[in-house]
Amino acid sequence: MALLTPVTDEDGAPFWEYTARGELRIQACAAPDCGELRFPPRPCCPHCQSFDSEWRLMSGRGRIWSYVLPHPPLLPDYAELAPYNAVLVELADAPRIRLAGNVVAAPDAPLNSVDPARLRIGAAVKVAFTEIDGVAVPRWLLERG
Amino acid sequence: MLKDATAIVGIGQTPFAKQLPESEKTLACRAILAALDDAGIAPSEVDAFASYTMEETDEVEVAKAIGAGDVTFFSKVGYGGGGSCATVGHLAAAVASGQATVGVAWRSRKRGSGPRPWKNTAVQLPTPGQWTRPFGLLRPADEIGMLARRYMHEYGATRDHLFNVALACRNRANQNPAAMMYERPLTREMYMTSRWISEPLCLFDNCLETDGALACVIVSAERARDCRQKPVYVHSVAQGLPAQHHGMVNYWNDDPLSGPAWTAARHLWKQADFGPEDIDVAQIYDAFTPLIPLSLEGYGFCGRGEGAAFTEGGALEIGGRLPLNTGGGGLSEAYVHGFNLINEGVKQLRGVSTAQVPDAATCLVTAGEGVPTSAILLRS
Ligand SMILES: [Zn+2]
Repeated sequence: MALLTPVTDEDGAPFWEYTARGELRIQACAAPDCGELRFPPRPCCPHCQSFDSEWRLMSGRGRIWSYVLPHPPLLPDYAELAPYNAVLVELADAPRIRLAGNVVAAPDAPLNSVDPARLRIGAAVKVAFTEIDGVAVPRWLLERG
Repeated sequence: MLKDATAIVGIGQTPFAKQLPESEKTLACRAILAALDDAGIAPSEVDAFASYTMEETDEVEVAKAIGAGDVTFFSKVGYGGGGSCATVGHLAAAVASGQATVGVAWRSRKRGSGPRPWKNTAVQLPTPGQWTRPFGLLRPADEIGMLARRYMHEYGATRDHLFNVALACRNRANQNPAAMMYERPLTREMYMTSRWISEPLCLFDNCLETDGALACVIVSAERARDCRQKPVYVHSVAQGLPAQHHGMVNYWNDDPLSGPAWTAARHLWKQADFGPEDIDVAQIYDAFTPLIPLSLEGYGFCGRGEGAAFTEGGALEIGGRLPLNTGGGGLSEAYVHGFNLINEGVKQLRGVSTAQVPDAATCLVTAGEGVPTSAILLRS
């Protein structure tokens, strides 16, 4: 099975370097009076235009903001798993930052390993990582197993 | 300066079908020549072209093929379906400012060719693809479905509301012999039992795969008086790329449910002599049914969160509060990245639609919502 792995760019690369270490980090402005988080990563801060940035460690907790259950026609390796879930997780540490992801039963479990009936907008989730083709990809586990 | 300074004086289209034998270039030429013939203007007089991205045929090819004269203005607007109305806006600006005299906007599309990035397994878009595609958000239906579920959760919208949208478009297509869904009625049972595409969106929440081309011709209001057809004036135009907006996955700001329509609408109404309550008929971009309630709110036909309820009681049908997509729209006439909505708006204001709104004098036409968008107000 070959799910897509992220095609990164210069701005996004650090995110994936941190996930390889098991860390969920989000880009933040490093200007002394600003510090605003931003996502997706980009060269400069939309609030103060500073080009200095740092990557801030997140708690890895969040809530489901919304989700879909894709059915075919899909790329072959996703069609095999359909219907699976794709979710948007609003980070507890950064309410306007919502990461796309998948809720799974265990870090390495397939995208369709959780019964869709258990998904709810607002449900609490926590991050875990799984390796796909050498890339550490975030996954989400329901807080109440 | 732009208000009513130009008019659409010609429209043309090819047949719409799941598959047409001719190439996109040939279809484009057929639609453009039909539009020029409709206007009574010789191809050699055309000196401006406008199209939008994900268009396979360049203006160089089209100009050469139809026998255009020297071209002094050409423009290609970004973001696919978000650019449909901007083509009219760009040509209106070019003609009104004296950069050109006869402008042609067109769209030609075949379902089997052209860029469909979500179908390609080998090539991924970089940002924002790296933040969505690995997680199986592969298609526009998945990306909009995400907003649709949140919208339903926040505002009590239901699948019946989405059905109201699909039904209004289908009913109009049933009146339009050129529509893909002519003589193919839709029932609530068909809708509710159809297969899922991306829950909460089902088959009938999605637009049609279509081959076909359309075009329109724009000249100054002064020149329009001498053309064959009753002029349809370009009253107001706007594009919309909101602050901190992100492609079709606008998930990273305060309110992802307020899309580019809101930005385009503010500028559109500011330029206009009338408001949403004065619109006789609307052609609103309907790649997916949830775009209609979101757009109804964005363009000010109702308040925030009221777009779904607005569709109740036949509001979108002929005789309703706001007759919608009277040719059948992208959901049921043809999905040609929204250009059929422009031509249908012109037909309504000429009084020749197959689902004519009596005495229609004002029409809103919008481009793709969710992506950087555009809109026009037409008046007779
Ligand atoms: Zn800053």
